[in-house]
This record gives sequence, C-alpha cells and structure tokens, in this order.
Amino acid sequence: MPSLIDRMLGRTSKTGTGSKAKERLQFILIHDRINLPPERLEAMKAEILQVISKYVSVDSSNVDIALQNRERTPAIVAEIPFNKTVEGDDPDEDEPPKPPKSPLKDAEKKP
Amino acid sequence: MGVNGGAAGTRPQPPKKSATGAKVVTVTSGKGGVGKTTTAANIGVALARLDQRVVLIDADIGLRNLDIIMGLENRIVYDLVDVVEGRCKLRQAMIKHKQLPELYLIPAAQTRDKTAVSPADMVKIADQLRPEFDFILIDCPAGIERGFRNAVAPADEVLIVTNPEVSAVRDADRIIGLLEAEGKNAPHLILNRVKTEMIRKGEMLSPEDVTDILAIKLIGIVPEDESVVSASNSGTPLAFLDGSRAGTAYRNIALRLMGENVPFMQLEDNSGFLKRIQRLFGGQNG
Repeated sequence: MPSLIDRMLGRTSKTGTGSKAKERLQFILIHDRINLPPERLEAMKAEILQVISKYVSVDSSNVDIALQNRERTPAIVAEIPFNKTVEGDDPDEDEPPKPPKSPLKDAEKKP
Repeated sequence: MGVNGGAAGTRPQPPKKSATGAKVVTVTSGKGGVGKTTTAANIGVALARLDQRVVLIDADIGLRNLDIIMGLENRIVYDLVDVVEGRCKLRQAMIKHKQLPELYLIPAAQTRDKTAVSPADMVKIADQLRPEFDFILIDCPAGIERGFRNAVAPADEVLIVTNPEVSAVRDADRIIGLLEAEGKNAPHLILNRVKTEMIRKGEMLSPEDVTDILAIKLIGIVPEDESVVSASNSGTPLAFLDGSRAGTAYRNIALRLMGENVPFMQLEDNSGFLKRIQRLFGGQNG
C-alpha cells in the first residue's frame, strides 16, 4: 500500500503491472537482440567456464554469466569468482597460469 | 527524369524554409494499429500550419488510409504506383489540400501490392520532390518487409511510433535494430496513446521506461485523446484545431523536426498534484 504522502504526490508503489511490463520487455529484448537460442547460450556459458577452469579453480557455486544491454549493444557479462588460492599459489597476473588442480571436474559441476 | 532543381528558386521563400531541399521523414512502427497513419497526418498538418511546404506520401500500397484520415479520399485521380509505372507525372498524383495550400498528399494504390514499388523508386521520387518542399513525410506500412524497406529507403530521419505496451515496444525495438543494420541515422521515438492516469497508478509503461528500454531519443509524447478519433472520423486531423492536448503534442513534434527545442508537455495536467490536493480536501472542480 502506498503511503498517504505517496498518494498525495501521485506516486504509487513499484508493484504495478507497468514495472512488470518493463522487466519482461528487458528480458525479451535482450534475447531478441543477441539472436541466440537459449540452448546455444547455455552451451556458450558452459564452454566459457570450461576454458577458465583450465587455468584457475573456479568457485562454480557463485558464477554469474548473464546478458546485459548497454545502450543498444548487448554484452555478455560474467562474474566468475576463483576459489581462494591455497598456500604457495601465486595469483599474480603477469605469471603464466599454473596448471589447475582438476579443471574438468570443476567445469562439469556447472552445466 | 528529375524535376528542375531551379524551380524552387523561382518562388519567394520565407526565411524559415529550407534552402537545401526537403528533409525526408519516415513514420514507422513495426506493429500495426499504434497510430502511425494518424501521427503522420497530424505531423504533416502541424508542419504545414507552421508555414512549411509539406508532401505526405502514403507508402502503404494495397491498404491506403492516409487519404481518408486527411479527408482527401474523393479527390484521388492518380496514385504512387501510377507515377512509378509512368502513367502520370509526379505532379498529377499530388493532391493539394484546400485549407493548407502548402500541403500535398501522394496517395497509395489500393488495388496493388507492395512489390509494385521498389526502394529505388522511392528514392527517385523523393529526390524529385526535395527541391520543392521543406518536408517529405512518408507513412510506412506495418511490418518489416518490402513496404518497410520502400518507406525507409529515402529517409533522412525515421520516427518510430509506439504505444506504452509490451508488444508495440518489442516491435519498435526490432525496427530500431533493422535501421541500425541499414546504417540509418538514429531514429526518434513517438510514444502514442499515453494514459497519464494509468502511469500514475504504475499500471502503464512510462515514457522514461520506454526510452530506457529502447535507448533512443524521444521526439514526442502524445496523450490518449478521444478527439483524435473524432477528428479522423470527419477527415480533419486534430492538428488543424488549437487547444487539444494531442494537437499540441503534434505541433511540438513538428517544431522539434524544424530544429526547435521545445520542452515536453507535463503529463500531469489531467490529474496533477493540485487537483489531488483539492480532491483530498473536498474540492470537486480541478
């Protein structure tokens, strides 16, 4: 329920069907614009994870790979946290990646 | 065969008119029924009332309607396809409006289909008209096929009409994508049939929502106005009359097309803050 002040100012809560329309549209248009069927998109995400897992250990429970619109340009935005490095591992970017412990096992966790 | 480019120079020209030839503006939408033709007619009338030389072209071959909205349906002798197929001169297909002598209509053929005209034909016709007008307004058919490509081919500027509804906005997005792919200038948006009261209740996409989603610039917000229908009924587009809210919105679009910086109308007129306060304290008259 909007408060009295909100009603006086003509404001209503963001629960109307208008905001639902906006959310739905944003989702629909992102897929319209990239023109990639959902199953191909899922396959791409899995492959991205697999490649990254080859080099570092990925915290696969917190992976977030999603499509985003920046103005009219669709982009894939990925947040792929690594597992905390154990003693001796050096996270320095300049060094060549060390062989991961078990890359495929990690990649397979996330379809 | 081009019209002699010097023809425009033989007549006295008021200062505001274009010296370099007409701007070709195509009104499109993707989805049908959002008010494209009505919008084109009203912008044409509004521009002509602002002393611009305007020619409206109905590119909806097979489903012509602009003539009816303009109240010119009884004066059609030749149409766009007659011009393209050489049965008449371009001039002969141009119907002059009686009240606004600087406003012309080139009607679509009713018994043919979109393939009777090609994008190249449209470019050629627009180029012939350019020296004599300030604005060439093309009413595009719904859809993304041949008729759309015809209407957009000669456009310097594209106006996309949409309603604050999911399906209309989605189709507008598709059109924007197609225009981007064709390398056209960024189109402008006309949000038509906006219901202030519903937006206020959160039950309708607001102009901000729609521009957020589509990421193109607005050139007009036209409020839902029953007098638009009455005006179309009588073949006198609303923009002929002063005082209506939609009419003012069309005039503002015309001014913006002419390069003027006109602020957007307050959408709150119907149910503004003051009125609500009055209602709250028992006042009935807004």
